[in-house]
Amino acid sequence: MEDLKLHGFWYSPFTMRVVWTLKLKGLSYENIEEDRFNKSPQLLEYNPVHKKTPVLVHGGKPICESMLILEYIEELWPQNPLVPLDPYQRSQARFWVTYSDQLFPAVVQLILVDIADDEEKKKAIEKVQKLLKDVEDQCLLLVDEKLFFGGDTINMVDIAFGSMIKFLVAMEDLNELKVLEAEKFPRLHSWFNNFKNAPIIKENFSDREKMCANLKYIRKTIRELESSA
Amino acid sequence: MGEDNSNVVLLDFWPSSYGMRVKIALQEKGVSYECRQEDFEAKSSLLLEMNPIHKMIPVLIHNGKPICESLNIVEYIDEVWNHKPSLLPSDPYKRSQARFWGNYIDKNVYSRGKKVWNGKVEEKEESKKQFIECLKMLEEELGEKPYFGGDEFGYVDVALVPFTSWFYTYETLGNLSIEAFVPKLVGWTKRCMEKQSVAKSLPHPHNIYDFALKYREAHGYE
Repeated sequence: MEDLKLHGFWYSPFTMRVVWTLKLKGLSYENIEEDRFNKSPQLLEYNPVHKKTPVLVHGGKPICESMLILEYIEELWPQNPLVPLDPYQRSQARFWVTYSDQLFPAVVQLILVDIADDEEKKKAIEKVQKLLKDVEDQCLLLVDEKLFFGGDTINMVDIAFGSMIKFLVAMEDLNELKVLEAEKFPRLHSWFNNFKNAPIIKENFSDREKMCANLKYIRKTIRELESSA
Repeated sequence: MGEDNSNVVLLDFWPSSYGMRVKIALQEKGVSYECRQEDFEAKSSLLLEMNPIHKMIPVLIHNGKPICESLNIVEYIDEVWNHKPSLLPSDPYKRSQARFWGNYIDKNVYSRGKKVWNGKVEEKEESKKQFIECLKMLEEELGEKPYFGGDEFGYVDVALVPFTSWFYTYETLGNLSIEAFVPKLVGWTKRCMEKQSVAKSLPHPHNIYDFALKYREAHGYE
């Protein structure tokens, strides 16, 4: 037993990244589902600086931040490598991983935006699409001849973007609008199809309806909390 | 040393703390490089070509290939020129901790600091409070260690020490005494400045101050 515990939210893209990493490495762990509106004292103790999930606890020691957790896991369990060995390729992968994080606040904005406000909605959509366009046009790791950002196999960049696009799709379902349009983003579209059908990822892909319903609940609760504050 | 130094170029902007990080790392490793200054009002075509996504410095160009984002560059330098001194710890858990604090510094120091020297006047007291809070958090992490890296200067020290060249600016324009709040951190600053790699890479605080004044005049308060 590896003595691994994961504190997370099943629907969070950041938690998904860690789950996929653990599953791809064939590691067993105890899953501790946190409630974002009522975080456990252990979580607050493990991540006192940010008080956020995911937190991986290994032998009682906490590691925070999804991609730091991935690199930690990689260093201890190098099977099915997710981090490029070559320093230059590694620096490229890390650059795009950092870039993928920018999708999160942009998608959150689209979740919380007043859909009836056309101007705000348009601005929020454009923001997400600009980020996607940069990946579509500029990311040298995204090539037609290869299935994944990692080439023939999934790597950290696939995991990083995979989680964010899954989150984006949930927002699309919630708001009934299409942002990742196949005609505008053919490479990304094709890559996401490859990713979600990849072994292990496929078996650990949260149900789409469940994701949408959960986002709806979270949005409603956030709005209620804001109006009562 | 095994690695060819003849084609290492740094695209830099001298007041940038992020650029300073890269200089310190290169100095620590004894890597010779060409430093090219960028003009923010007129970015070079090389910069736009090497960092088309963000169009920002620092960019390290090694054998013609660009690496962007300062902490990413520092890790790259540590990996390619992997002789001592090592910047990142060898233990995976300690590495994750070092990277965590690098990220924390990235998310907080610059943005909170900028609000102190160039923020809205009516928000000044709150901005100062937030900035000091962040420095206190870092001082707590430092604890009794000589460096964030422990006995040896390392990654987190490289990540943070450049901002200390801005302390005089924060204090003068923000009307605060950093030493009064975080004396241990100031002690750490002096210790770092005794290292050649740091002393050579950081501009004089008064030059930073002059730059900040000119910037404020040109751009107004944000």
